[in-house]
Amino acid sequence: MANMEPLGEQAVLVRLGTEIREETFYEVQALAARLEEQPFPGLWELIPAFTTLTAFYDPQVTSYEQACAYLEKALHSLTANSAPLHPRTVEIPVCYGGEYGPDLEAVADHTGLDIQEIITLHTSVEYLVYMIGFAPGFPYLGGMPEAIAAPRRTEPRLKIPAGSVGIAGQQTGVYPLETPGGWQIIGRTPLHLFRPEHERPSLLQAGNSVRFRAVSAEEFRECEAERR
Amino acid sequence: MTLRVLRPGLLTTVQDLGRPGYQNQGVVVGGAVDRFALRVANLLVGNLEGAAALEITLHGPRLHVESDVYLAIGGADLSPALDGEPLPLWRPLLAPRGTVLDFGAPRRGCRAYLAIAGGGFDVPVVLGSRSAYLRAGIGRALAKGDVIAPLGTPPRTRLRTSAYLHPALLPAYSPHPLLRVLRGNQFETFTPESRERFFQTRYTVTPHSDRMGCRLMGGSSLELQHAEQMISEAVTSGTIQVPPAGGPILLLADRQTTGGYPKIGQVAAVDLPLAAQVPPGGTVRFQEISLEEALSLYVARERALLRLKLALASR
Repeated sequence: MANMEPLGEQAVLVRLGTEIREETFYEVQALAARLEEQPFPGLWELIPAFTTLTAFYDPQVTSYEQACAYLEKALHSLTANSAPLHPRTVEIPVCYGGEYGPDLEAVADHTGLDIQEIITLHTSVEYLVYMIGFAPGFPYLGGMPEAIAAPRRTEPRLKIPAGSVGIAGQQTGVYPLETPGGWQIIGRTPLHLFRPEHERPSLLQAGNSVRFRAVSAEEFRECEAERR
Repeated sequence: MTLRVLRPGLLTTVQDLGRPGYQNQGVVVGGAVDRFALRVANLLVGNLEGAAALEITLHGPRLHVESDVYLAIGGADLSPALDGEPLPLWRPLLAPRGTVLDFGAPRRGCRAYLAIAGGGFDVPVVLGSRSAYLRAGIGRALAKGDVIAPLGTPPRTRLRTSAYLHPALLPAYSPHPLLRVLRGNQFETFTPESRERFFQTRYTVTPHSDRMGCRLMGGSSLELQHAEQMISEAVTSGTIQVPPAGGPILLLADRQTTGGYPKIGQVAAVDLPLAAQVPPGGTVRFQEISLEEALSLYVARERALLRLKLALASR
């Protein structure tokens, strides 16, 4: 039995695990895909997260107990190894350090690595997009090498430019919009991660793979000019 | 051309019932913070309940009426007046061409909704909604000199301006409301003393509150039984999160889609309009409610709105 609990009167939160694991992630995605194909009456929105799927529905159409029963049935219908859903790798060009990555030095100091080693490690792996949340188009990425983990800044910045690439603890991510924030900013991408004019406004989707590629300041500006 | 903005006010934006369906893109539903007030104001002028209206925050705008318009104002009493004459809330009114609609001191509540006949305000639809979502750069606040007009021509039949909303239909708006809450998803992870304290404390709404949420202050901090990192999961309007430092946050329309702070409670949908209208300096208290009770209150509210809709349509 999956663990289900209400989130207010209009949603059921399904818990499929208690820690961040790829298997749990694929189960969440498979359940979301199944419900998108075969929605139950009154279902109007799904929020997939690391270990949970939350289904919002109209309680005047479907009761809480009915919603749980539909979800239970959908879970049972999933095959054991559901294939990854969005097998797409997105390359994100990043200009590291300097004005674009004001905290790169601080991360170097913290980790005992030099700047080039941090860039090499950050660009060396494929990251999995576990979920989009926190802000429009913001990807939660899994897979960062532990050697470059660094704590959040003690003083959050009031303004972090859109496209900033940061590290906070074991996580790395990209800010789609200008916001305040406490992440260590190591670089910036000229790509737009949130495009409100698109039907799928987030550049990245849960299940995508992401690879960072180091670019020069000159390349950054060229790419930025192209996107204007 | 209908209304010309002479003074925009503190924060006046166009809002409807938001943009459901994009939360897996990190885009919240948003829309009016007090959905009840927006829906009723729209119904009173003959619009669909989810038409785009102005959400007016605390200090309202001054608007020049460029052509005759039927309007209704719901939610907060921000001292609306037409050519200096005070206007009543919750009823349709005709504002003749050449008059000036002005708002004064906030008297009760903090968000008023101005609906106009003719299908609501004509601003671009982004991701299925006309709601401004300033954090994501969608829409913007009204500015001096803006001209805002309805989508279509208002129906030719005259609106019966003697219609008004029976006060018994209104939520119990107050600067110090008692909010009914369901246990949050992490309620059990708080210490027994903290759970008890949560329901005994009168929390003050701080000035740092906005469309994202009410930041609350009061009582000693709410403690978890075991300090553990929570994995981010869905939140919604009315979710009460407890960050490790500082007071609880009661999330409103422009919340995030997911959050990593433990959720101690969830305000019942029927009491969300009350939370939406508590001004900075106001206070809230929480009282536990079961899911069954919350649901039956929600259904009763929806039925009342449906009856209002039918009554207005048949006149």
